[in-house]
Amino acid sequence: MGVARYWREIPARYNLIGKKCEICGKVYFPPRTICPKCRRKSIGKMQDYKLSGKGTVESYTIIYTPPPEFEGKAPYAIALIKMEEGCYLTGQIVDCKLDEIHIGMKVEACFRRIQEDGKRGAIYYGYKFRKAES
Amino acid sequence: MAAIVGYGAYVPRYRIKVEEIAGIWGRQAKSISSGLNVFEKSVPGIDEDTATISVEAARRAVKAAKINPEEIGAIYVGSESHPYAVKPTATIVAEAIGATPELTAADYEFACKAGTAGMQNCIALVESKMIKYGMAIGADVAQAAPGDALEYTAAAGGAAYIIGKEGIAEINETVSFTTDTPDFWRREGQPYPGHGERFTGEPAYFRHVGTAAKMLMERVGSRPSDYDYAIFHQPNGKFPIRIARKLGFEKKQIEHGLLCPIIGNTYSGSAMLGLAAVLDIAKPGQRILMVSYGSGAGSDAFDITVTDAIESYPRQGIRQMIEEKEYVDYATYMKFRREFE
Amino acid sequence: MREVAVIGIGMTEFGELWQKSFRELVAEAGVKAILDAGIEGEDIDAMYIGGMSTGRFIGQEHVGSLALEVAGLEDLHIPATRVEAACASGGVAMHQGYIAVASGMYDIVVVGGAEKMTDVVGGEATNILASAADREWESFFGATFPGLYALMARYHMHHHGTTQEQLAMVAVKNHHNGSLNPKAQFRREISVEDVLNSPIVAEPLHLLDCSPITDGAAAAILAPVDIARKYTDKIIKIKASVQACDTLSFHSRSRFDSLPAAVHAAKKAYEMAGVKPSDIDVAEVHDCFTIAEIIAIEDLGFVEKGKGGKATEEGLTALDGQIPVNTSGGLKAKGHPVGATGVAQINEIVMQLRGEADKRQVKGATIGLTHNVGGSGGTAVVHILEAI
Repeated sequence: MGVARYWREIPARYNLIGKKCEICGKVYFPPRTICPKCRRKSIGKMQDYKLSGKGTVESYTIIYTPPPEFEGKAPYAIALIKMEEGCYLTGQIVDCKLDEIHIGMKVEACFRRIQEDGKRGAIYYGYKFRKAES
Repeated sequence: MAAIVGYGAYVPRYRIKVEEIAGIWGRQAKSISSGLNVFEKSVPGIDEDTATISVEAARRAVKAAKINPEEIGAIYVGSESHPYAVKPTATIVAEAIGATPELTAADYEFACKAGTAGMQNCIALVESKMIKYGMAIGADVAQAAPGDALEYTAAAGGAAYIIGKEGIAEINETVSFTTDTPDFWRREGQPYPGHGERFTGEPAYFRHVGTAAKMLMERVGSRPSDYDYAIFHQPNGKFPIRIARKLGFEKKQIEHGLLCPIIGNTYSGSAMLGLAAVLDIAKPGQRILMVSYGSGAGSDAFDITVTDAIESYPRQGIRQMIEEKEYVDYATYMKFRREFE
Repeated sequence: MREVAVIGIGMTEFGELWQKSFRELVAEAGVKAILDAGIEGEDIDAMYIGGMSTGRFIGQEHVGSLALEVAGLEDLHIPATRVEAACASGGVAMHQGYIAVASGMYDIVVVGGAEKMTDVVGGEATNILASAADREWESFFGATFPGLYALMARYHMHHHGTTQEQLAMVAVKNHHNGSLNPKAQFRREISVEDVLNSPIVAEPLHLLDCSPITDGAAAAILAPVDIARKYTDKIIKIKASVQACDTLSFHSRSRFDSLPAAVHAAKKAYEMAGVKPSDIDVAEVHDCFTIAEIIAIEDLGFVEKGKGGKATEEGLTALDGQIPVNTSGGLKAKGHPVGATGVAQINEIVMQLRGEADKRQVKGATIGLTHNVGGSGGTAVVHILEAI
């Protein structure tokens, strides 16, 4: 992966900066340029919006056969997470026993290594999730 | 002088027991544990490194201090395990806490005292009015060669301090004592450090920590009994107790800040995590002495007085965080350390 | 719009075809279909070929031109276009061919689909297939393709009570069907225990819940119905050809226990064909994972939402059931050379409607349906065919 491709997503990947449609108020993450509800009215009206990082597990899986970039990391948990703001995203759940994970579990974002471009390339950081402290 | 505006600490949730490591190498766990006064150490998760630990600590500090991260004018991350040899950890932290782009940032390396060196720099920048707030972080995912004596103690964790004009604790004075003493090192390109074994004791740790502490007390005209708490760098659980006794401190002054027996040596995070544990329980008016130590070698000593503002500060509960743990076996430890990759 | 018929079909054997290159596969399927239709090269007006990731599987893009060359038709200079919609590439190629003929632009069109997946190692294939998902927001974080379907499976199990055994029964049924298909990659029966005891790929999906890595190609010849009579008596009319799309990422969808694009495509296809789900005699659905077939039979209206697991358990979709599904063995047993799948599904339905499906023949089948999905549901293509 060229570094530019990683670098331009840093705000969203580090700090969960999504978009909020000024017209209807809906929050989108991953960020979108056009609100699918307001469409042309939303052009130029999609504002940066930082998610709280809190969400709920809607579904999850434990990956045992990872792609090459995640070799040596399996098994790891991937979840479909509904964020407090109403949008959904896909992320790993860390720092708990894999059998503790369940649908309805409250989680919060944390900052972790996601992958790296081999031993000599850049390290890509971003969000993962852990059991919510409160 | 300047003050601590806020602090945040982070220790990964995984632990390995000394007996688990000793078992692998056919050593007597009891004698190692009692010899080092270390029973278990923290282990970073497979996706944790100095940058992620620094970010976790920094975010906790910013949240608790309730400051606008854009007002942080400097970030220094001290570590001897930066994820990159060239490319700063500090910029990752700056971006992840929302402090970019108007600030200065750099990574420091001075074995285990790079974090306190960052604190001194922040104090200077605040004092000179170059910045409003500065952030100094000490964090490590300490390396140890499998089978080496260091393996029982080399741990992971970090603490972040926001330095400003006023805050929860006044920094009354800081001094440093530095010489060229090669007691511990890691050569460029080498994965594990080397050390001078018993040479790391008297001519290194004890001489530098002891001298820095005495210099500081002389400078401010204090005696050991003037301090409610003292924190000395914790390469193991024994050295800080010995230096405390030698300097005339009592056990009760150092026990709360002594985390090494339960998390191991977090290197650049060590003294700064100890200070965080003390600030978690300190009351207004209490006085704290902290002395860091970095091999190579040098010590930074700080004289700190807790202010009334600490009453309304959301304490971190670093000891509770340490209690939230999960034990791993040696093979998992090696996997988490990415030794198999 | 003109009525369109399938006048010829052809496909290679599916499997790990170590000896055969991508171009040999394309040539073999294409030639078989051309011979089956009884057309001459000069009759062909255009070609559409589905391929998901030829660029990464064999390092070759521009496979439209390649297909023309391997067919030996370069002197005709007819347009040959590669079509890509992940695992729905073949279905979308069919849809493009249908549009081209129905519109009156072309008369005879060759539709093909091919994928050569075993020229890369397993991990690389996993990575390539993950590009059918959202690279920036799903696979970047470690979500694999089986992982996304595992999220669907867990969600379906949680909300509808679908069981791990019911998932396994899809594989068991499809392996049984595959055992009757000489072109299938897996021609052996398996048991529910075999599925449950196979290694976990992405919990709750086991290895035998997943379709395999497969080499293969398939082709079909399309013509307007009135011209078709010139070539064959066994005219299989395309009563509906519908493609529908949705978000690339699974997490952005409006539902997680259904593929809204497939529901939409099915609804429109039934309208276009003027038939109801109960009119379908046989169906080939996109069972890239066992959960996908359960969701598919619900989305297609064969059963109510949430009842797909139970219906499978009760044998509704078995070869002798009310609506036999995946008589070919499906993606699970026949194999899933991603770009070829949509066209291979057409092959099976045409065989069924012609009465040429031998041991797996559904008696008296006159209306058949194909359901081809790209990614985790970003694209869905439904075709309804009828023997006239």
